[in-house]
Amino acid sequence: MKAFSYERASSPADAAARAAQIANARYIAGGTNLLDLMKLQIEAPSHLIDVNGIGLDRIEETAEGGLRIGALVRNTDLAADPRVRRDYPVLTRALVAGASGQLRNKATTAGNLLQRTRCVYFYDPNMPCNKRVPGSGCSALAEGAVSRQLAVIGTSDACIATHPSDMAVAMLVLDAVVETVLPSGETRVIPVADLHVLPGDTPHIETTLRPGELVTAVTLPPPIGGKQSYRKVRDRASYAFALVSVAAIIQPDGSGRIALGGVAPKPWRRDDADAALPKGATAVMERLLAGARPTEDNAFKLLLAERALAATLAEAKE
Amino acid sequence: MERVPTPQTASPPATGAAATSPVRLTINGMDQALTLDNRVSLLDLLREHLHLTGTKKGCDHGQCGACTVIVNGRRINSCLTLAVMHDGDEVTTIEGIGTPDHLDPMQAAFVAHDGYQCGYCTPGQICSARAVLEEIAAGIPSHVTGDLNAPPPLSAEEIRERMSGNLCRCGAYANMLEAILEVADTQGLPA
Ligand SMILES: Cc1cc2nc3c(=O)[nH]c(=O)nc-3n(C[C@H](O)[C@H](O)[C@H](O)COP(=O)(O)OP(=O)(O)OC[C@H]3O[C@@H](n4cnc5c(N)ncnc54)[C@H](O)[C@@H]3O)c2cc1C
Ligand code: SF4
Ligand code: FES
Ligand code: FES
Repeated sequence: MKAFSYERASSPADAAARAAQIANARYIAGGTNLLDLMKLQIEAPSHLIDVNGIGLDRIEETAEGGLRIGALVRNTDLAADPRVRRDYPVLTRALVAGASGQLRNKATTAGNLLQRTRCVYFYDPNMPCNKRVPGSGCSALAEGAVSRQLAVIGTSDACIATHPSDMAVAMLVLDAVVETVLPSGETRVIPVADLHVLPGDTPHIETTLRPGELVTAVTLPPPIGGKQSYRKVRDRASYAFALVSVAAIIQPDGSGRIALGGVAPKPWRRDDADAALPKGATAVMERLLAGARPTEDNAFKLLLAERALAATLAEAKE
Repeated sequence: MERVPTPQTASPPATGAAATSPVRLTINGMDQALTLDNRVSLLDLLREHLHLTGTKKGCDHGQCGACTVIVNGRRINSCLTLAVMHDGDEVTTIEGIGTPDHLDPMQAAFVAHDGYQCGYCTPGQICSARAVLEEIAAGIPSHVTGDLNAPPPLSAEEIRERMSGNLCRCGAYANMLEAILEVADTQGLPA
Protein backbone atom coordinates (compact mmCIF):
# COMPACT_ATOMS: atom_id res chain seq x y z
CA MET A 1 0.00 0.00 0.00
CA LYS A 2 1.21 3.53 -0.77
CA ALA A 3 1.54 5.85 2.24
CA PHE A 4 -1.31 8.30 2.80
CA SER A 5 -2.40 10.89 5.32
CA TYR A 6 -5.66 10.39 7.19
CA GLU A 7 -8.21 12.61 8.86
CA ARG A 8 -11.70 12.38 10.28
CA ALA A 9 -14.23 14.79 8.84
CA SER A 10 -16.29 16.81 11.31
CA SER A 11 -19.40 17.23 9.15
CA PRO A 12 -20.57 16.38 5.61
CA ALA A 13 -19.87 19.93 4.41
CA ASP A 14 -16.42 19.85 6.04
CA ALA A 15 -15.67 16.51 4.33
CA ALA A 16 -16.60 17.84 0.88
CA ALA A 17 -14.67 21.07 1.37
CA ARG A 18 -11.55 19.13 2.47
CA ALA A 19 -11.81 16.74 -0.46
CA ALA A 20 -11.60 19.65 -2.90
CA GLN A 21 -8.57 21.16 -1.15
CA ILE A 22 -6.35 18.07 -1.15
CA ALA A 23 -5.17 16.48 -4.38
CA ASN A 24 -5.91 12.79 -4.79
CA ALA A 25 -8.06 12.56 -1.63
CA ARG A 26 -10.70 9.85 -1.22
CA TYR A 27 -13.53 9.28 1.20
CA ILE A 28 -13.43 6.13 3.27
CA ALA A 29 -16.64 4.65 4.71
CA GLY A 30 -16.63 0.92 5.54
CA GLY A 31 -13.37 0.55 3.65
CA THR A 32 -14.27 -2.94 2.45
CA ASN A 33 -13.81 -2.04 -1.21
CA LEU A 34 -11.36 0.86 -1.08
CA LEU A 35 -8.81 -0.89 1.18
CA ASP A 36 -9.06 -4.08 -0.85
CA LEU A 37 -8.08 -2.06 -3.95
CA MET A 38 -5.44 0.00 -2.11
CA LYS A 39 -3.64 -3.19 -1.05
CA LEU A 40 -3.24 -4.01 -4.73
CA GLN A 41 -2.36 -0.37 -5.60
CA ILE A 42 -5.30 -0.28 -7.99
CA GLU A 43 -6.34 2.72 -5.91
CA ALA A 44 -3.55 4.85 -4.45
CA PRO A 45 -5.02 7.92 -2.74
CA SER A 46 -2.56 10.21 -0.96
CA HIS A 47 -5.16 11.28 1.60
CA LEU A 48 -8.16 9.55 3.20
CA ILE A 49 -11.12 11.44 4.63
CA ASP A 50 -12.96 9.23 7.11
CA VAL A 51 -16.68 10.01 6.88
CA ASN A 52 -17.71 7.76 9.77
CA GLY A 53 -19.20 9.50 12.79
CA ILE A 54 -20.56 12.63 11.07
CA GLY A 55 -24.25 11.88 11.54
CA LEU A 56 -24.95 10.11 8.24
CA ASP A 57 -25.98 6.83 9.90
CA ARG A 58 -29.72 7.33 10.42
CA ILE A 59 -32.84 6.11 8.61
CA GLU A 60 -35.67 8.65 8.78
CA GLU A 61 -39.18 8.89 7.38
CA THR A 62 -39.64 11.60 4.75
CA ALA A 63 -42.55 14.04 4.65
CA GLU A 64 -43.81 12.22 1.52
CA GLY A 65 -44.00 8.89 3.36
CA GLY A 66 -40.78 7.38 2.05
CA LEU A 67 -37.45 6.72 3.78
CA ARG A 68 -34.26 8.75 3.81
CA ILE A 69 -31.28 6.45 4.35
CA GLY A 70 -28.05 8.07 5.54
CA ALA A 71 -25.03 7.35 3.34
CA LEU A 72 -23.24 5.64 6.24
CA VAL A 73 -26.07 3.28 7.26
CA ARG A 74 -24.54 -0.20 7.35
CA ASN A 75 -25.91 -2.82 4.97
CA THR A 76 -26.91 -5.04 7.94
CA ASP A 77 -28.88 -2.23 9.59
CA LEU A 78 -30.63 -1.26 6.37
CA ALA A 79 -31.59 -4.87 5.64
CA ALA A 80 -32.89 -5.37 9.19
CA ASP A 81 -34.85 -2.11 9.48
CA PRO A 82 -38.50 -3.12 10.14
CA ARG A 83 -39.82 -0.48 7.70
CA VAL A 84 -37.54 -1.73 4.94
CA ARG A 85 -38.50 -5.36 5.61
CA ARG A 86 -42.19 -4.52 5.54
CA ASP A 87 -42.43 -1.89 2.78
CA TYR A 88 -39.35 -2.43 0.58
CA PRO A 89 -38.61 -6.17 0.91
CA VAL A 90 -36.80 -6.21 -2.47
CA LEU A 91 -34.14 -4.05 -0.81
CA THR A 92 -33.67 -6.34 2.19
CA ARG A 93 -33.53 -9.36 -0.12
CA ALA A 94 -30.88 -7.76 -2.33
CA LEU A 95 -28.77 -6.69 0.64
CA VAL A 96 -28.72 -10.09 2.32
CA ALA A 97 -27.88 -11.73 -1.02
CA GLY A 98 -24.61 -9.76 -1.08
CA ALA A 99 -21.23 -10.44 0.56
CA SER A 100 -21.06 -12.01 4.07
CA GLY A 101 -22.35 -11.10 7.53
CA GLN A 102 -18.96 -9.64 8.48
CA LEU A 103 -18.79 -7.46 5.35
CA ARG A 104 -22.41 -6.29 5.62
CA ASN A 105 -21.68 -5.11 9.16
CA LYS A 106 -19.13 -2.66 7.71
CA ALA A 107 -20.40 -1.93 4.20
CA THR A 108 -22.36 1.32 3.85
CA THR A 109 -25.17 2.52 1.62
CA ALA A 110 -23.00 4.96 -0.36
CA GLY A 111 -19.94 2.71 -0.40
CA ASN A 112 -22.01 -0.14 -1.78
CA LEU A 113 -23.37 2.01 -4.64
CA LEU A 114 -19.86 3.27 -5.42
CA GLN A 115 -17.97 -0.03 -5.17
CA ARG A 116 -15.91 -0.84 -8.25
CA THR A 117 -16.16 -3.73 -10.66
CA ARG A 118 -14.96 -7.24 -9.79
CA CYS A 119 -13.67 -7.92 -13.34
CA VAL A 120 -10.71 -10.23 -12.68
CA TYR A 121 -8.48 -8.36 -15.12
CA PHE A 122 -9.25 -5.05 -13.38
CA TYR A 123 -8.07 -6.77 -10.19
CA ASP A 124 -4.83 -8.04 -11.77
CA PRO A 125 -2.30 -5.19 -11.99
CA ASN A 126 -0.22 -7.26 -14.44
CA MET A 127 -2.92 -7.22 -17.12
CA PRO A 128 -3.96 -4.36 -19.41
CA CYS A 129 -7.24 -2.73 -18.36
CA ASN A 130 -8.74 0.50 -19.70
CA LYS A 131 -10.62 1.10 -16.49
CA ARG A 132 -7.47 0.85 -14.34
CA VAL A 133 -5.01 2.42 -16.79
CA PRO A 134 -6.88 4.38 -19.48
CA GLY A 135 -5.69 3.48 -22.98
CA SER A 136 -3.88 0.28 -21.94
CA GLY A 137 -6.40 -2.06 -23.59
CA CYS A 138 -9.03 -4.48 -22.31
CA SER A 139 -7.80 -7.95 -21.32
CA ALA A 140 -11.35 -9.29 -21.18
CA LEU A 141 -11.76 -8.68 -24.92
CA ALA A 142 -8.43 -10.28 -25.86
CA GLU A 143 -8.26 -13.63 -27.67
CA GLY A 144 -8.87 -16.52 -25.26
CA ALA A 145 -9.95 -14.29 -22.34
CA VAL A 146 -12.38 -15.57 -19.73
CA SER A 147 -15.44 -13.32 -19.81
CA ARG A 148 -18.05 -15.59 -18.24
CA GLN A 149 -18.77 -13.12 -15.39
CA LEU A 150 -18.81 -10.01 -17.57
CA ALA A 151 -21.46 -7.81 -19.15
CA VAL A 152 -23.65 -8.59 -22.17
CA ILE A 153 -25.24 -5.18 -22.71
CA GLY A 154 -24.33 -1.50 -22.32
CA THR A 155 -20.70 -2.43 -23.02
CA SER A 156 -18.23 -0.83 -25.43
CA ASP A 157 -15.11 -1.89 -27.33
CA ALA A 158 -13.14 -0.43 -24.42
CA CYS A 159 -14.74 -2.31 -21.48
CA ILE A 160 -17.27 -5.06 -20.75
CA ALA A 161 -17.18 -5.00 -16.93
CA THR A 162 -20.33 -5.31 -14.80
CA HIS A 163 -21.38 -3.25 -11.83
CA PRO A 164 -21.21 -5.69 -8.93
CA SER A 165 -23.68 -4.24 -6.42
CA ASP A 166 -26.84 -6.18 -5.54
CA MET A 167 -28.27 -3.32 -3.48
CA ALA A 168 -28.06 -0.90 -6.41
CA VAL A 169 -30.35 -3.13 -8.51
CA ALA A 170 -33.03 -2.97 -5.83
CA MET A 171 -32.53 0.78 -5.43
CA LEU A 172 -33.11 1.17 -9.18
CA VAL A 173 -36.35 -0.80 -9.20
CA LEU A 174 -37.51 1.32 -6.24
CA ASP A 175 -36.74 4.62 -8.08
CA ALA A 176 -34.37 5.70 -5.30
CA VAL A 177 -32.69 9.11 -5.42
CA VAL A 178 -29.17 9.96 -4.25
CA GLU A 179 -28.58 13.17 -2.28
CA THR A 180 -25.16 14.81 -2.28
CA VAL A 181 -23.19 17.81 -1.07
CA LEU A 182 -20.57 19.50 -3.25
CA PRO A 183 -17.34 21.16 -2.08
CA SER A 184 -19.02 24.54 -2.71
CA GLY A 185 -21.64 23.61 -0.10
CA GLU A 186 -24.36 23.22 -2.75
CA THR A 187 -26.50 20.08 -2.60
CA ARG A 188 -28.03 18.08 -5.45
CA VAL A 189 -30.23 15.07 -6.07
CA ILE A 190 -29.46 12.36 -8.63
CA PRO A 191 -31.85 9.51 -9.47
CA VAL A 192 -30.03 6.19 -8.96
CA ALA A 193 -30.80 5.52 -12.63
CA ASP A 194 -28.50 8.43 -13.55
CA LEU A 195 -25.73 7.78 -11.01
CA HIS A 196 -23.72 5.20 -12.99
CA VAL A 197 -22.60 5.81 -16.58
CA LEU A 198 -21.83 3.42 -19.43
CA PRO A 199 -18.15 2.90 -20.34
CA GLY A 200 -18.05 4.31 -23.89
CA ASP A 201 -14.40 5.12 -24.57
CA THR A 202 -13.83 6.39 -20.99
CA PRO A 203 -14.49 3.32 -18.81
CA HIS A 204 -12.51 4.84 -15.93
CA ILE A 205 -15.35 7.37 -15.49
CA GLU A 206 -18.03 5.42 -13.66
CA THR A 207 -20.49 7.90 -12.17
CA THR A 208 -21.95 11.37 -12.68
CA LEU A 209 -20.53 12.54 -9.33
CA ARG A 210 -18.29 15.62 -9.60
CA PRO A 211 -14.86 15.86 -7.97
CA GLY A 212 -15.21 15.89 -4.18
CA GLU A 213 -18.98 15.34 -4.28
CA LEU A 214 -20.07 13.48 -1.13
CA VAL A 215 -23.14 11.23 -1.08
CA THR A 216 -25.11 12.11 2.05
CA ALA A 217 -28.25 9.97 1.70
CA VAL A 218 -30.41 7.81 -0.52
CA THR A 219 -34.15 8.50 -0.51
CA LEU A 220 -36.87 5.94 -1.23
CA PRO A 221 -40.25 7.15 -2.51
CA PRO A 222 -43.39 6.06 -0.61
CA PRO A 223 -43.97 2.28 -0.70
CA ILE A 224 -45.72 0.92 -3.82
CA GLY A 225 -46.59 -2.55 -2.49
CA GLY A 226 -46.69 -5.47 -4.93
CA LYS A 227 -44.85 -8.78 -4.66
CA GLN A 228 -41.21 -7.86 -4.27
CA SER A 229 -38.34 -10.25 -4.81
CA TYR A 230 -34.63 -10.46 -5.57
CA ARG A 231 -33.46 -13.60 -7.36
CA LYS A 232 -29.68 -13.98 -7.57
CA VAL A 233 -28.09 -16.71 -9.70
CA ARG A 234 -24.44 -17.44 -8.92
CA ASP A 235 -21.83 -20.18 -9.00
CA ARG A 236 -22.09 -20.88 -5.24
CA ALA A 237 -25.18 -20.93 -3.03
CA SER A 238 -23.81 -18.01 -1.01
CA TYR A 239 -20.98 -15.48 -0.80
CA ALA A 240 -20.43 -14.97 -4.54
CA PHE A 241 -21.25 -12.19 -6.97
CA ALA A 242 -24.20 -12.55 -9.33
CA LEU A 243 -24.01 -14.09 -12.77
CA VAL A 244 -27.51 -12.68 -13.24
CA SER A 245 -29.91 -11.15 -10.75
CA VAL A 246 -33.51 -9.99 -11.06
CA ALA A 247 -35.10 -7.38 -8.80
CA ALA A 248 -38.85 -7.37 -9.29
CA ILE A 249 -41.97 -5.62 -8.02
CA ILE A 250 -45.07 -7.28 -9.48
CA GLN A 251 -48.56 -5.87 -8.86
CA PRO A 252 -51.70 -8.07 -8.64
CA ASP A 253 -52.75 -7.04 -12.19
CA GLY A 254 -49.43 -8.33 -13.62
CA SER A 255 -47.92 -4.90 -14.19
CA GLY A 256 -44.70 -3.98 -12.42
CA ARG A 257 -41.05 -3.13 -12.63
CA ILE A 258 -37.94 -5.18 -13.12
CA ALA A 259 -34.22 -4.49 -13.06
CA LEU A 260 -31.28 -6.80 -13.78
CA GLY A 261 -27.90 -7.13 -12.10
CA GLY A 262 -24.81 -8.93 -13.38
CA VAL A 263 -25.50 -8.18 -17.04
CA ALA A 264 -24.38 -4.57 -17.59
CA PRO A 265 -21.94 -1.86 -16.43
CA LYS A 266 -24.79 -0.44 -14.33
CA PRO A 267 -28.01 -1.81 -12.83
CA TRP A 268 -30.19 -2.38 -15.88
CA ARG A 269 -33.80 -1.31 -16.41
CA ARG A 270 -35.94 -0.01 -19.32
CA ASP A 271 -39.42 1.48 -19.18
CA ASP A 272 -40.57 -0.33 -22.34
CA ALA A 273 -39.50 -3.64 -20.79
CA ASP A 274 -41.49 -2.88 -17.63
CA ALA A 275 -44.51 -2.17 -19.86
CA ALA A 276 -44.16 -5.64 -21.43
CA LEU A 277 -44.41 -7.44 -18.07
CA PRO A 278 -48.03 -8.61 -18.51
CA LYS A 279 -46.88 -10.37 -21.72
CA GLY A 280 -44.34 -12.52 -19.90
CA ALA A 281 -40.60 -13.06 -19.54
CA THR A 282 -39.73 -13.49 -23.22
CA ALA A 283 -41.42 -10.23 -24.23
CA VAL A 284 -39.68 -8.40 -21.38
CA MET A 285 -36.24 -9.70 -22.28
CA GLU A 286 -36.72 -8.89 -25.97
CA ARG A 287 -36.86 -5.26 -24.91
CA LEU A 288 -34.61 -5.26 -21.87
CA LEU A 289 -31.77 -7.04 -23.64
CA ALA A 290 -32.31 -5.60 -27.15
CA GLY A 291 -28.92 -4.82 -28.70
CA ALA A 292 -27.01 -7.12 -26.33
CA ARG A 293 -23.48 -7.96 -27.49
CA PRO A 294 -22.45 -11.00 -25.44
CA THR A 295 -19.16 -12.84 -25.81
CA GLU A 296 -19.12 -16.56 -26.58
CA ASP A 297 -18.32 -17.09 -22.88
CA ASN A 298 -21.25 -15.17 -21.42
CA ALA A 299 -24.02 -15.55 -24.03
CA PHE A 300 -25.63 -17.99 -21.58
CA LYS A 301 -26.63 -14.98 -19.47
CA LEU A 302 -29.34 -13.99 -21.98
CA LEU A 303 -31.26 -17.23 -21.50
CA LEU A 304 -30.42 -17.35 -17.79
CA ALA A 305 -31.91 -13.88 -17.28
CA GLU A 306 -35.10 -14.86 -19.10
CA ARG A 307 -35.48 -18.03 -17.06
CA ALA A 308 -34.78 -16.20 -13.80
CA LEU A 309 -37.49 -13.69 -14.70
CA ALA A 310 -39.91 -16.46 -15.72
CA ALA A 311 -39.38 -18.09 -12.33
CA THR A 312 -39.92 -14.74 -10.62
CA LEU A 313 -43.19 -14.15 -12.49
CA ALA A 314 -44.44 -17.67 -11.74
CA GLU A 315 -43.72 -17.16 -8.06
CA ALA A 316 -45.49 -13.79 -8.03
CA LYS A 317 -48.69 -15.51 -9.26
CA GLU A 318 -48.71 -18.01 -6.38
CA MET B 1 3.89 -0.03 24.00
CA GLU B 2 6.77 -1.02 21.76
CA ARG B 3 6.14 -0.25 18.14
CA VAL B 4 7.06 -2.87 15.56
CA PRO B 5 7.83 -1.23 12.21
CA THR B 6 5.64 -2.21 9.29
CA PRO B 7 7.40 -4.21 6.57
CA GLN B 8 6.81 -1.57 3.88
CA THR B 9 9.19 1.40 3.84
CA ALA B 10 7.15 4.49 4.48
CA SER B 11 7.33 7.31 1.99
CA PRO B 12 5.46 10.40 3.19
CA PRO B 13 2.30 11.19 1.26
CA ALA B 14 2.38 13.93 -1.35
CA THR B 15 0.42 16.38 0.80
CA GLY B 16 3.24 16.50 3.34
CA ALA B 17 0.69 15.62 6.03
CA ALA B 18 1.42 12.97 8.63
CA ALA B 19 1.57 9.34 7.53
CA THR B 20 0.93 8.24 11.12
CA SER B 21 -1.98 8.85 13.48
CA PRO B 22 -2.57 8.43 17.20
CA VAL B 23 -5.27 5.93 18.16
CA ARG B 24 -6.70 4.71 21.47
CA LEU B 25 -8.69 1.54 21.62
CA THR B 26 -9.74 -1.14 24.08
CA ILE B 27 -8.66 -4.62 23.10
CA ASN B 28 -9.96 -7.53 25.17
CA GLY B 29 -10.65 -5.07 27.99
CA MET B 30 -7.19 -3.48 27.94
CA ASP B 31 -6.68 0.15 26.95
CA GLN B 32 -4.10 0.69 24.23
CA ALA B 33 -2.73 4.06 23.14
CA LEU B 34 -0.54 3.90 20.05
CA THR B 35 0.74 5.93 17.16
CA LEU B 36 0.40 3.92 13.99
CA ASP B 37 1.30 4.13 10.34
CA ASN B 38 -2.05 4.90 8.71
CA ARG B 39 -1.67 1.79 6.55
CA VAL B 40 -1.81 -0.66 9.46
CA SER B 41 -4.96 -2.76 9.22
CA LEU B 42 -6.76 -3.74 12.41
CA LEU B 43 -5.59 -7.29 11.70
CA ASP B 44 -1.91 -6.27 11.49
CA LEU B 45 -2.27 -4.17 14.64
CA LEU B 46 -3.48 -7.26 16.50
CA ARG B 47 -0.95 -9.70 15.12
CA GLU B 48 2.22 -7.69 14.42
CA HIS B 49 2.03 -4.92 17.01
CA LEU B 50 0.18 -6.52 19.94
CA HIS B 51 1.24 -10.13 19.23
CA LEU B 52 -2.33 -11.36 19.56
CA THR B 53 -1.79 -14.08 16.97
CA GLY B 54 -5.03 -15.96 17.61
CA THR B 55 -6.69 -13.91 14.87
CA LYS B 56 -5.48 -15.35 11.57
CA LYS B 57 -4.55 -13.78 8.26
CA GLY B 58 -5.80 -15.89 5.37
CA CYS B 59 -6.53 -13.91 2.22
CA ASP B 60 -6.10 -10.32 3.56
CA HIS B 61 -8.94 -9.33 1.13
CA GLY B 62 -12.21 -10.07 2.91
CA GLN B 63 -12.69 -13.41 1.22
CA CYS B 64 -12.02 -16.03 3.92
CA GLY B 65 -13.19 -14.79 7.33
CA ALA B 66 -10.07 -16.04 9.18
CA CYS B 67 -9.53 -12.51 10.54
CA THR B 68 -13.03 -12.12 12.03
CA VAL B 69 -13.09 -10.14 15.29
CA ILE B 70 -15.81 -8.35 17.25
CA VAL B 71 -15.78 -4.53 17.18
CA ASN B 72 -18.32 -2.71 19.35
CA GLY B 73 -20.33 -5.93 19.54
CA ARG B 74 -20.33 -6.76 15.82
CA ARG B 75 -18.27 -9.20 13.80
CA ILE B 76 -16.15 -7.73 11.02
CA ASN B 77 -13.18 -8.71 8.84
CA SER B 78 -10.22 -7.07 10.57
CA CYS B 79 -8.15 -7.20 7.35
CA LEU B 80 -10.36 -4.69 5.51
CA THR B 81 -10.32 -1.90 8.07
CA LEU B 82 -7.61 0.51 9.21
CA ALA B 83 -6.57 0.48 12.85
CA VAL B 84 -6.63 4.30 12.90
CA MET B 85 -10.33 4.22 12.00
CA HIS B 86 -11.07 2.56 15.34
CA ASP B 87 -10.27 5.34 17.79
CA GLY B 88 -12.40 4.76 20.90
CA ASP B 89 -13.63 1.34 19.77
CA GLU B 90 -13.83 -1.90 21.73
CA VAL B 91 -12.29 -4.93 20.05
CA THR B 92 -12.69 -8.55 21.18
CA THR B 93 -10.47 -11.23 19.69
CA ILE B 94 -10.40 -14.98 20.31
CA GLU B 95 -7.97 -14.29 23.19
CA GLY B 96 -10.68 -12.22 24.88
CA ILE B 97 -13.35 -14.90 24.50
CA GLY B 98 -11.84 -17.73 26.53
CA THR B 99 -8.58 -19.27 27.68
CA PRO B 100 -7.41 -22.88 27.61
CA ASP B 101 -8.42 -23.14 31.31
CA HIS B 102 -11.70 -21.30 30.93
CA LEU B 103 -13.20 -22.12 27.56
CA ASP B 104 -16.17 -20.16 26.33
CA PRO B 105 -19.18 -22.47 25.69
CA MET B 106 -18.66 -22.14 21.92
CA GLN B 107 -15.00 -23.12 22.26
CA ALA B 108 -15.96 -26.08 24.45
CA ALA B 109 -18.56 -27.18 21.91
CA PHE B 110 -16.04 -26.95 19.04
CA VAL B 111 -13.72 -29.21 21.08
CA ALA B 112 -16.48 -31.63 22.02
CA HIS B 113 -17.66 -31.96 18.40
CA ASP B 114 -14.18 -31.93 16.86
CA GLY B 115 -15.14 -28.80 14.93
CA TYR B 116 -11.66 -28.13 13.65
CA GLN B 117 -8.86 -30.02 11.96
CA CYS B 118 -5.74 -27.90 11.36
CA GLY B 119 -7.45 -25.16 13.36
CA TYR B 120 -6.37 -22.29 11.15
CA CYS B 121 -9.88 -20.99 10.51
CA THR B 122 -11.15 -21.83 14.01
CA PRO B 123 -10.64 -18.49 15.82
CA GLY B 124 -12.58 -16.69 13.08
CA GLN B 125 -15.22 -19.43 13.01
CA ILE B 126 -15.75 -19.16 16.77
CA CYS B 127 -15.99 -15.36 16.66
CA SER B 128 -18.51 -15.67 13.83
CA ALA B 129 -20.47 -18.50 15.43
CA ARG B 130 -21.09 -16.50 18.61
CA ALA B 131 -22.09 -13.45 16.53
CA VAL B 132 -24.41 -15.57 14.36
CA LEU B 133 -26.44 -16.66 17.39
CA GLU B 134 -26.66 -13.04 18.55
CA GLU B 135 -27.71 -11.87 15.07
CA ILE B 136 -30.48 -14.48 14.93
CA ALA B 137 -31.61 -13.53 18.46
CA ALA B 138 -31.65 -9.86 17.37
CA GLY B 139 -33.94 -10.76 14.46
CA ILE B 140 -31.53 -9.79 11.69
CA PRO B 141 -32.67 -11.52 8.47
CA SER B 142 -30.43 -13.58 6.18
CA HIS B 143 -30.55 -14.70 2.55
CA VAL B 144 -32.46 -17.88 3.53
CA THR B 145 -34.97 -16.27 5.92
CA GLY B 146 -38.47 -17.05 4.61
CA ASP B 147 -40.76 -14.49 6.26
CA LEU B 148 -39.02 -11.12 6.58
CA ASN B 149 -41.59 -9.86 9.07
CA ALA B 150 -41.11 -12.69 11.58
CA PRO B 151 -38.05 -13.52 13.71
CA PRO B 152 -35.66 -15.77 11.76
CA PRO B 153 -35.74 -19.40 12.95
CA LEU B 154 -32.72 -21.03 14.49
CA SER B 155 -32.26 -23.70 11.84
CA ALA B 156 -29.25 -25.49 10.38
CA GLU B 157 -30.01 -23.71 7.10
CA GLU B 158 -29.83 -20.26 8.77
CA ILE B 159 -26.56 -21.11 10.51
CA ARG B 160 -24.98 -22.47 7.33
CA GLU B 161 -25.88 -19.34 5.37
CA ARG B 162 -24.68 -16.99 8.12
CA MET B 163 -21.39 -18.87 8.51
CA SER B 164 -20.70 -18.72 4.75
CA GLY B 165 -18.25 -15.81 5.13
CA ASN B 166 -15.86 -18.15 6.98
CA LEU B 167 -14.08 -20.58 4.70
CA CYS B 168 -12.40 -23.74 5.98
CA ARG B 169 -9.83 -25.52 3.84
CA CYS B 170 -10.01 -28.67 5.94
CA GLY B 171 -13.75 -29.01 5.49
CA ALA B 172 -14.61 -29.23 9.20
CA TYR B 173 -18.00 -27.63 8.48
CA ALA B 174 -20.29 -30.49 9.50
CA ASN B 175 -18.80 -30.72 12.99
CA MET B 176 -18.85 -26.96 13.44
CA LEU B 177 -22.54 -26.90 12.58
CA GLU B 178 -23.24 -29.47 15.32
CA ALA B 179 -21.20 -27.46 17.82
CA ILE B 180 -23.10 -24.25 17.02
CA LEU B 181 -26.50 -25.98 17.16
CA GLU B 182 -25.61 -27.42 20.56
CA VAL B 183 -24.68 -24.01 21.98
CA ALA B 184 -27.87 -22.55 20.53
CA ASP B 185 -29.82 -25.30 22.21
CA THR B 186 -28.27 -24.70 25.65
CA GLN B 187 -28.99 -20.97 25.26
CA GLY B 188 -32.64 -21.86 24.75
CA LEU B 189 -32.95 -20.10 21.41
CA PRO B 190 -36.18 -21.01 19.60
CA ALA B 191 -35.85 -23.49 16.74
C1 LIG C 1 -15.25 -10.95 -0.59
C2 LIG C 1 -16.28 -9.93 -0.93
C3 LIG C 1 -17.51 -10.32 -1.44
C4 LIG C 1 -18.48 -9.38 -1.76
N1 LIG C 1 -19.67 -9.79 -2.29
C5 LIG C 1 -20.59 -8.85 -2.67
C6 LIG C 1 -21.81 -9.23 -3.29
O1 LIG C 1 -22.10 -10.42 -3.48
N2 LIG C 1 -22.68 -8.26 -3.65
C7 LIG C 1 -22.40 -6.94 -3.45
O2 LIG C 1 -23.24 -6.10 -3.79
N3 LIG C 1 -21.25 -6.54 -2.89
C8 LIG C 1 -20.34 -7.47 -2.50
N4 LIG C 1 -19.17 -7.07 -1.94
C9 LIG C 1 -18.82 -5.65 -1.93
C10 LIG C 1 -19.23 -4.91 -0.70
O3 LIG C 1 -20.63 -4.86 -0.67
C11 LIG C 1 -18.62 -3.51 -0.82
O4 LIG C 1 -17.25 -3.62 -0.58
C12 LIG C 1 -19.23 -2.52 0.14
O5 LIG C 1 -20.60 -2.36 -0.04
C13 LIG C 1 -18.56 -1.16 -0.01
O6 LIG C 1 -19.01 -0.31 1.02
P1 LIG C 1 -17.97 0.41 1.99
O7 LIG C 1 -18.74 1.32 2.87
O8 LIG C 1 -17.09 -0.57 2.66
O9 LIG C 1 -17.17 1.25 0.90
P2 LIG C 1 -15.71 1.87 0.90
O10 LIG C 1 -14.72 0.81 0.56
O11 LIG C 1 -15.49 2.68 2.13
O12 LIG C 1 -15.87 2.88 -0.33
C14 LIG C 1 -16.12 2.44 -1.66
C15 LIG C 1 -16.00 3.65 -2.59
O13 LIG C 1 -17.05 4.59 -2.33
C16 LIG C 1 -16.51 5.86 -2.01
N5 LIG C 1 -17.41 6.42 -0.98
C17 LIG C 1 -17.77 5.83 0.19
N6 LIG C 1 -18.67 6.58 0.83
C18 LIG C 1 -18.90 7.67 0.06
C19 LIG C 1 -19.75 8.81 0.17
N7 LIG C 1 -20.56 8.98 1.22
N8 LIG C 1 -19.74 9.72 -0.83
C20 LIG C 1 -18.92 9.58 -1.91
N9 LIG C 1 -18.09 8.53 -2.07
C21 LIG C 1 -18.08 7.58 -1.09
C22 LIG C 1 -15.11 5.59 -1.54
O14 LIG C 1 -14.27 6.73 -1.74
C23 LIG C 1 -14.71 4.42 -2.41
O15 LIG C 1 -14.30 4.87 -3.66
C24 LIG C 1 -18.20 -8.00 -1.57
C25 LIG C 1 -16.97 -7.60 -1.04
C26 LIG C 1 -16.02 -8.54 -0.72
C27 LIG C 1 -14.71 -8.08 -0.15
S1 SF4 D 1 -13.67 -5.40 -19.00
FE1 SF4 D 1 -13.24 -3.31 -18.27
S2 SF4 D 1 -12.50 -3.67 -16.19
FE2 SF4 D 1 -12.28 -5.64 -17.26
S3 SF4 D 1 -10.22 -5.64 -18.22
FE3 SF4 D 1 -11.61 -4.78 -19.75
S4 SF4 D 1 -11.43 -2.58 -19.39
FE4 SF4 D 1 -10.68 -3.54 -17.52
S1 FES E 1 -7.87 -12.44 6.12
FE1 FES E 1 -9.58 -11.15 6.36
S2 FES E 1 -11.12 -12.22 5.28
FE2 FES E 1 -9.35 -13.37 4.79
S1 FES F 1 -9.75 -26.43 10.25
FE1 FES F 1 -8.14 -26.18 8.79
S2 FES F 1 -8.80 -24.43 7.70
FE2 FES F 1 -10.51 -24.89 8.87
